[in-house]
Amino acid sequence: MTDTMAASSEPLIALRDVTTYFKTPRGLVRAVDGVSFSLERGKTLGIVGESGCGKSVLSKSIMGLLPKRNVVRGGSIKFEGREVGQAGANELRELWGNQMAMVFQDPMTALNPVMRVGNQITESLIHNLDVSKDFAQETALQLLTSVGIPEPSRRLRQYPFELSGGMRQRVMIAIALACGPKLLFADEPTTALDVTVQAQILDLLDAQQAERFMAMILVTHDLGVVAGRADDIMVMYAGQAVEKAPTRTLFAQMRHPYTEALLKSIPKLDQASHTRLDAIGGRPPDLVHPPTGCRFAPRCPYAQDRCLQEAPPLVSHDTPGHEFACWYPVGTPEGAEALAKNQAAGIAATVSGGN
Amino acid sequence: MAFLMRRLVRVITVVLFVTFFSYFLLNLLPGDPVDTIAPFATKEIKEAIRKENHLDRAVPVQYWFWVEKFVQGDLGYNYTPSSKNPVADDVKSHFPVSVQLVLYSILLTMLCAIPLGVFTAYAAGSRLDRGINTVLFGAFSIPDFAIGLLLAYFVGVKLGWLPNGGYKPFGSGLWTHARTMILPVISLAIAQIAGFTRVLRSDMIATLQEDFITMAKSKGISGKRVLWRHALRPSSLTLLTVAGLNVGALIGGTVVIEAIFNLPGMGLILTSAIRGRQFIALQSTVAIIAIGYVLINVMIDLLYTVLDPRVRNVS
Repeated sequence: MTDTMAASSEPLIALRDVTTYFKTPRGLVRAVDGVSFSLERGKTLGIVGESGCGKSVLSKSIMGLLPKRNVVRGGSIKFEGREVGQAGANELRELWGNQMAMVFQDPMTALNPVMRVGNQITESLIHNLDVSKDFAQETALQLLTSVGIPEPSRRLRQYPFELSGGMRQRVMIAIALACGPKLLFADEPTTALDVTVQAQILDLLDAQQAERFMAMILVTHDLGVVAGRADDIMVMYAGQAVEKAPTRTLFAQMRHPYTEALLKSIPKLDQASHTRLDAIGGRPPDLVHPPTGCRFAPRCPYAQDRCLQEAPPLVSHDTPGHEFACWYPVGTPEGAEALAKNQAAGIAATVSGGN
Repeated sequence: MAFLMRRLVRVITVVLFVTFFSYFLLNLLPGDPVDTIAPFATKEIKEAIRKENHLDRAVPVQYWFWVEKFVQGDLGYNYTPSSKNPVADDVKSHFPVSVQLVLYSILLTMLCAIPLGVFTAYAAGSRLDRGINTVLFGAFSIPDFAIGLLLAYFVGVKLGWLPNGGYKPFGSGLWTHARTMILPVISLAIAQIAGFTRVLRSDMIATLQEDFITMAKSKGISGKRVLWRHALRPSSLTLLTVAGLNVGALIGGTVVIEAIFNLPGMGLILTSAIRGRQFIALQSTVAIIAIGYVLINVMIDLLYTVLDPRVRNVS
C-alpha cells in the first residue's frame, strides 16, 4: 500500500546537479552547471532565461540528444526512477518518442525537407509501436486533426516546404505527440513564429498536455509565455538555476534581481509610446571562466562586495518550494538597503535606472 | 511534359554546338580533305568521295549536309584502299560495349561510394574514417589506365583469374560476359569511387548537423534509419551533380581502357578513325558520344526532381 503510494508520488523526472560542458579550444564551456529539479506527471515546468543561459542545452542534455564528442555530461537524471544521465543512444532510443519527445525551436529547419509530412509522422509509429501502415496512417490523420490542421488528408501527402511556419510547427507537435510521450520538451516552440501564431501554438500545447496528462518542460526566454501556463518556473542564468518557484509565488514575490530584470524587460502595452525599454545592461558572463561570486553580480543593481566574492546557494528561505540564490533578495530589507546604497554611490543601476 | 520538351530542345542545341565546332576543327587540317581521307585513291574515286560528302561546298553547307545524313542514320564511311565501310555498322556493334562499360562503372561506383560515404560521414574523425580516406585519396591519385595495366598484368596474366582482354556479349552467358568486363570496370571505377565517397562524405557531415536529423533521432527511430532515410537523400544532390559532370571523364577513360583490354567499343572506333584520318567517321563518333553524355545528364536532371521535391516546383 505504502509502496504504491510512494510510486505514484514519485516524480516523473528528477535531476540532481546536472552539468553539461563543451570542450572547446578555448577551454571547457560550462553551458549547464549544476541544475536540479523534479517534475511530476501532468505538470508543466517553465525554464526561462536569456539567450546562452543554457536552457536549450539543458533540455537537449536531458534527452541525450547532444553529440557525444566534446561533450561532458555529469549529475543524475532519473526518469521514472531509472537513471538515464549517462545512458547511451541505444538505451535512450527506447525512451525517445514514446517516453519523451521534443518540439524544436525552428519548424523551418527541424522537418526533413525531402520527406512527406505523413511519412515523418507515421515512421515513429511504425518503428516504435510496431503498428500496421494503415493504422499509422489513420493515427497520423487524427493527430493532424487534433493539432488543428485543416484538410489533414491532403497535408499528409505534402512536403514541409508547402506549409506555412505555423502549420509546420503544428506538424512538429503532431510528430512529437505521435507515440504518446509522458514528457514533452518544448524548446522555444514559438520563437521562430509569427506573433499572431504564437498564442495559438501555446494554447495547442496546453490543450494537448491536459488531454494526455503529459508533463511538459517549456523552455523560453519570455516570462510572459510561461506566466499563465507553467505550474512551476525555473529561472536560469549562466548555466545555473537562480530562482525556482511555483508560478503564482514567483510572480507574487520574486526574489532574484535577475528575475526582476527579466520581467522588467518585457514591453508593456499600457506604457506611453517611446518609453525606453528596461533592457539588462552588460552581457552574460563568459562560461569558460565564470565569475567566482554570484554570476549575475557584474550586471546586478543590488550587488555588494559579498556578491563578487561568494556565490549564493540556491536554497529555500521563507516560503517552502520557493528557492533562490541571492544574498540581497528583491523585496527584503537587505535588498532594499543594498539597492539604496548602490544608487547613492551612483553605481550604474542597470535594472531600475536607465532613463 | 513541358519539362521534357525543354530538355529535348537543350539536348539538340548542345549536340549541334559540339558537332559544329568539331567539324570546323577538323577542317583546319591542312591540305585537301579528300587527300587526308583517302590518300591512296585514284582521281575518280577521290572525286566520288568529294561528291558524296559535299566536300566541294563551303564548310557550313558541308556541315549541314552531314547533319541531314546523321539524323537519317547515315554516319558516313570509313575509306580503306580496298573498300568503304559504313560507320553506322561499326557504331551499331561497338556502341553497346561502351554503354555497358560506362553503366557498369557508374553502378559499381555508386554501390561502393554510397555506403562508404555514409559510413565515413557517420564515423567522421574516427581512425577507420581516416584510414579509408587515406586509401581513397591514394586510389584517386592513380590514373585509370595505370590501374588497368596493373590489373591486366597481375590478375589477368600472373594469376590468370580473368581474361586480360577481349569481349563476350551478354548473350553468351552472364558469367562469360562478366569475366571480360570485371577488370575494365574496376579500372574505371576506382578513381570515381574515391571522388564520389569524398563528395558524399562532406555533404553527409553537413546534413548530420541539421536540426531535422536531431529531430529524427528524437523520434526514437533506429540510427540506421536516420542515416539512410533522413540524411542520405538531402546529401546526395552534390553527388549527383558530380556524377553527371564526371561522365565525361568516364567516357574519356573508356577510350584508353578499351584499348588496354582490347574491348571493341566506341573508343576503338575513335582511335582508329583518328589514326586513319577518317574525319567524317570521327565526326559522327564524336556526335554520338556527345549525345550520350548529354542524355545521361538529362537523366540526372530528372533524378534531381525525384530526390528533392523542392526542385519540382522551381523547374
